[in-house]
Amino acid sequence: MLLLLLVPQISDLTGQAYYIGFFTRVVAFAIAAVSLDLILGFGGMVSFGHAAYLGVGAYALGILLRHGVTNALVHLLVAMAASALVALLIGAVSLRTKGIYFIMITLAFSQMLYYLGVSLSAYGGDDGMSLPARSDFFGVLDFASDTALYYFAFGMFVIFFWISRHLVMSRFGVVIRGTKSNERRMIALGYPTYRYQLLAFVISGAMCGAAGMLLANQALYVSPSLMQWSRSGELLVMVLLGGMGTLYGAAVGSLVLMILEKLLSHVTDHWPIILGLILVTVVRFAKRGIFGWLTQTRPAHANGKKDG
Amino acid sequence: MAEALLHVQNLTKRFDGLTASDGIDIDIADREFHAVIGPNGAGKTTLVSQLMGELEPDEGTIKFAGRDVTRASANARALLGIARSFQISSVFPEFSAIENVSIAIQARSGHSFRFWGDALRDPAICEPALAALEQVGLADRAQVLAGHLAYGEKRALELSMVLAARPRLLLLDEPMAGMGNQESVRILRLLAALKGSVTVLLVEHDMKTVFALADRISVLVYGRILATGRPEDIRVNQDVRTAYLGDSGSA
Amino acid sequence: MLLALEQTLNGLQLGVLLFLMAAGLTLVLGVMQMINLAHGSVFMIGAYVCAAVYAATSSYAMALLVALVVALTVGIGIEVLIFRSLYQRDHLDQVLSTFGLILVFNEVMRVIWGPTALHAGVPAFLGGHIEVIPGIPYPIYRLAIIGSGLVLAILLYVLVVHTKLGMLIRAGASNRIMIQALGVNIGLLYTLVFGLGAVLAAFAGIMAAPLLTVEPGMGEGPLILAFVVIVIGGIGSVKGALVAAVFVGWFDTMGRAFLKPLLGLLMSSAAAQAAAPAIASMLIYILMAIVLLFRPRGLFPPRTR
Repeated sequence: MLLLLLVPQISDLTGQAYYIGFFTRVVAFAIAAVSLDLILGFGGMVSFGHAAYLGVGAYALGILLRHGVTNALVHLLVAMAASALVALLIGAVSLRTKGIYFIMITLAFSQMLYYLGVSLSAYGGDDGMSLPARSDFFGVLDFASDTALYYFAFGMFVIFFWISRHLVMSRFGVVIRGTKSNERRMIALGYPTYRYQLLAFVISGAMCGAAGMLLANQALYVSPSLMQWSRSGELLVMVLLGGMGTLYGAAVGSLVLMILEKLLSHVTDHWPIILGLILVTVVRFAKRGIFGWLTQTRPAHANGKKDG
Repeated sequence: MAEALLHVQNLTKRFDGLTASDGIDIDIADREFHAVIGPNGAGKTTLVSQLMGELEPDEGTIKFAGRDVTRASANARALLGIARSFQISSVFPEFSAIENVSIAIQARSGHSFRFWGDALRDPAICEPALAALEQVGLADRAQVLAGHLAYGEKRALELSMVLAARPRLLLLDEPMAGMGNQESVRILRLLAALKGSVTVLLVEHDMKTVFALADRISVLVYGRILATGRPEDIRVNQDVRTAYLGDSGSA
Repeated sequence: MLLALEQTLNGLQLGVLLFLMAAGLTLVLGVMQMINLAHGSVFMIGAYVCAAVYAATSSYAMALLVALVVALTVGIGIEVLIFRSLYQRDHLDQVLSTFGLILVFNEVMRVIWGPTALHAGVPAFLGGHIEVIPGIPYPIYRLAIIGSGLVLAILLYVLVVHTKLGMLIRAGASNRIMIQALGVNIGLLYTLVFGLGAVLAAFAGIMAAPLLTVEPGMGEGPLILAFVVIVIGGIGSVKGALVAAVFVGWFDTMGRAFLKPLLGLLMSSAAAQAAAPAIASMLIYILMAIVLLFRPRGLFPPRTR
């Protein structure tokens, strides 16, 4: 599995310029998908508004650059901090609800942020704004080079992935997983589940914000369309396609979905129809996703229960 | 009597015109094995839910070890030492039996805002977990997923999880329900072992168990306590016999 | 003052449209516990078909009828083909499946009618203005929306409260097993409820078409607003949907109209100019958050325990 993740690194050396950018986006979305898997696959929290954090991270970058701040580390930290704050606010309200309510509310809040982005005419409004340059890494590395940006993104992915794996196995992770499994029992055992879920939500949001910062860097463009609800849907699809609750699955899902979209768009202009049908079919028949299918011995964290 | 460990006064809960709990008064002394019996629909589970903190009463107070816990959250009460078993055994199906108990133990060994390490393999937690499983006779099933355990084994697992936290008060909601003969014996034995070491509030239909184990019995009918007393007194109580006429279990 | 009254009417009109969207959605959510994102697609189909047929035939009655029939057919089609297997699945599955459906429907619209917006004309007999409030000519069409919406609300109320079907719907919302035990054909009930929701959504789309841009993806915005309405009103409650929809519509409209001058009282006009549109767009979500703080299950939550 790890090999899969290293391949782009190699092909990037034979670099046709386009692919480097493409895989940078794949890696960035992989980070976002992993962040979602943390709370969805392991925590059972169906956040249908995760794209909001992509947007917050992207806009953090854009606004900082607009005002003359160019340091990549500052960009990253601010993007993550801002996303964490937004996640805290959204999570604090949303996590008081369950089931259907939670899904609709997270969707609604991300839509709110989308409209906020659209109305911020100072920063491009509906059309978004293009960025003058990319972040620079303390003047040492200039991310104007696609390759440099790619390695930065990949490095971030490896770090976040590694952190996530440990998080999931830790005490904190056990509480999150236990809450997904049987919240009533967790509470009866003495755990204040809301607190833990909120923190997980915040961590997830921060990670997703980092992904947004990377995406904006790659595209040299920030637009509210990054926060559209359909983008949140795409993230969910990535996690599902790859296999929920496995972390690897989320990364694989990102790769698969992006490649799938590329391939299908070569086949026909109307590729969303095919993608939509594939999605309906996969949900119906192949819920464990690719990674789940490949590692069949691993029993369910992947099957959600009907809640609410 | 010395101050009761659990002091319930005038507990009242209404649902849309139905009074599920009607001014309930119960006092349970430390280490007492107290059973609550009553016909179906008498409001026994509603009572347990309020004691546990899942349901907020409309009127009345609940005091535990002298503290007013009437409005305390469910998890706060758990941390104070009140543990509960559910009518349908509530465990973590995707985790193994030993992991289930480990989760229970972890709850009482400091906070869980630790983001590193492999929590479920921590010997400080695993060893007591295995010991707890041994106590209920499930040590050889430690690695089996809780979802794959037999119904009686799940019951035993839940009990072991609940006991692992060394509670002061154990609220048991019909632990004998749905048990086959062999499984009943096992659970009965487990409950008997608890007698005298933990304070127990047992809600049950199975009269054999109740009369074998209880120090005192409260009879709940239509949300009201009809009578409270020692088993032999309850057995001959006329009102109780009338309430149970035609109901399951012989008195 | 007159402006406030006019905006109130606008708010009412928006509220009525939101109600039509939300009512069907909340019934499906309440009875079948099913989250259906494709509801917005039915809205879109209603708008498209009506606009297209009206443009082609100049007969509004025809357009209305055809649009409703097509939308209903599509609705029942997806119910039978896809939803039947989704009722027992968890919400994530439902979300992802219906998300897939949205992708399909939006693209199908693009295939049939292209990516550019379709022109939806106001029917001639509803054109023009009348002075409901002396001094303010108000579009008759908008009044028609308010009127027809309220009529539908009353019909829905009668249905839900005073008919056998309504009783089954309310019972089904709280106890599926029980009504099954009573021998009621659950499958048929679900299809009926879904069909009802689809008709309401399609009607909303038809009415809203001249006011909005008829383009692929036009249904999702109203869908999400409908979600907000349902969250505020309470899942499964038609009464809640009406109260919440009207209030949300009014609040949003008034906010957009009056926030800038209001803010202008507190800060410089340049700041108000920048802040007002941003805050106005967030108002109803803030409202939703406030309601949730006090009533996590909405104003009229379902009675199940």
